Amino acid sequence: MLIIGERINGMFKDVAEAIKKKDKTAIQDLAKKQLSCGASALDVNVGPASDDPKKAMEWLVKVITEVTDAPLAIDTTNKNVMEAGLALCKSKPIINSANANQEKMDSLFALAKKYKASIIALTMDKAGIPKDADGRLELAMKIVASAMERDINTSELYIDAVILPVNVAQFQAKEVLRAIREVKLLSDPAPKTILGLSNVSQGAPAGRKGLINRTFLSMAIASGLDAAIMDATDAELSNTAITAELLMEKQLYCDSYLDAYKKS
Amino acid sequence: MDRLIEKWQDKITEVRIGATKEQGGTRGKNITIGGETGIYFIKDEDKCPNPPAIAMEVWDMEPSEAWSETLKSCFGAALKDPAEWAKMCVEKFSADMICLRLAGTNPDTKNDSPEKAGKTLEKILKAVSVPLVVIGGSSPEKDNEVMVHCAEVSRGENCLFGIATQENYKTLAAACLSGGHSIISEAPIDINIAKQLNILICDMQFPADKIVIHHATGALGYGLEYTYSIMERTRLAGLSGDKMLSMPMISFVGHETWRTKEAKSGDETAKEWGSAKDRGILLESATAAAYINVGADILVMNHPKAVEETKKMITKLCKA
Repeated sequence: MLIIGERINGMFKDVAEAIKKKDKTAIQDLAKKQLSCGASALDVNVGPASDDPKKAMEWLVKVITEVTDAPLAIDTTNKNVMEAGLALCKSKPIINSANANQEKMDSLFALAKKYKASIIALTMDKAGIPKDADGRLELAMKIVASAMERDINTSELYIDAVILPVNVAQFQAKEVLRAIREVKLLSDPAPKTILGLSNVSQGAPAGRKGLINRTFLSMAIASGLDAAIMDATDAELSNTAITAELLMEKQLYCDSYLDAYKKS
Repeated sequence: MDRLIEKWQDKITEVRIGATKEQGGTRGKNITIGGETGIYFIKDEDKCPNPPAIAMEVWDMEPSEAWSETLKSCFGAALKDPAEWAKMCVEKFSADMICLRLAGTNPDTKNDSPEKAGKTLEKILKAVSVPLVVIGGSSPEKDNEVMVHCAEVSRGENCLFGIATQENYKTLAAACLSGGHSIISEAPIDINIAKQLNILICDMQFPADKIVIHHATGALGYGLEYTYSIMERTRLAGLSGDKMLSMPMISFVGHETWRTKEAKSGDETAKEWGSAKDRGILLESATAAAYINVGADILVMNHPKAVEETKKMITKLCKA
């Protein structure tokens, strides 16, 4: 599974602080830590507080690529910031994220072509997030069709069926799992599936967050999930992902399978 | 209709055996194995960068009566002198490598000392300039003493030493690390233990590109299909990105074939088996054919005629 580390995000105080002070060691340490814990790509988000998000994104990408060749998921809603980040990536980047709005798809699919990037697309549009799997699949189909029209290989597309916090919309978790299973039937090659995992435990007590994340992640992997943006530094969570994949026979068992995964 | 070409995520690790003068050894050339980009010999999938190499087996003692006359007669008096025997394999039978089996060190045979084994190894290194595979006498405890000494006397030659198992790998791995050699890791017919053993060896700071996998070799009619399917799974895992299974593989085809009663017994045993003169050669060649198709990168063989046939087959397959 593709584990995308979520920690380099200006929403976190330490990252906002590091961006402000141009503390490159703090960012680079965070990048290396996530990669050593099992992440194979890194999300990069300057956060809401930045005065000059474009400059901040350029700085982040620059300092991260000094220490790793891992792919970066450029995470922003601003097209200029997105392009600034993509332009500086050294490995095949990931666009985070499009959704089912036509204008959004038009502009971001064009960038995906230009920078040969993979692209994450959320199953939501101007009307918001659908309440059930069928609504999500309808939007996913719209996204897949739109990508195909633009000659984007559907295997480069990561559909995010958008999980909501379990304390807000408990009934949706199983709808998301069904959407993950059925998205695979939309095209050949099938689109990939991804989740912004931490959202499922948003607002839950600190002592329960980890458990909720781990449980939902293994259920999603059993449903065919290909990637997750998650806290890779949560060792229990990464180990759960690796073990769930092992049980799905994505990796050959050996006693040191956790180390084997992290080394390859 | 277009042919469907499988695109593999990864390629098999390339392992270099032997060190030339510039590389700190005395070999005339080295041999690179591995590097496959797909299933062996599938057109446009595997670029076949390094065809399988054939190592011919040489013993440090004259093989006992357990060796068939068919086999012994190919080498004649050279069987009494490992250096002459090795020379004959390279010069007369075009072996790419020599595999020295230190059978005489086993306490149940001649119980030769590590020093004696080391002397034999040194003589062979002088007699031939091809890269060497060196394996013990199948006595784990004694092998540890013998191999440490042999790895030292051949320091810098980058020989391929064997055989490391899950129960007994540390001494050999340390000796190979110190002497600059490569290692054979063996887990009999168990892919999960094979992977585990490679991780354990790598944990000793052993470079993954100096490991060759052996899954045990089954001769035709003696479990070949089990070994074949394990090797196939290993290769598919390696090509799919599993770094701990992406090493090249070795098969001891000759040794296993010539132990079978079909290969060893004479004309008198069973008429319907055909002439004893051809039987073993055919069995050895057929066993080799199966293993090169599943991805064996080094075949250790015994009979010169079987070697010749296998070489022809490799050339044809690589060209196709």
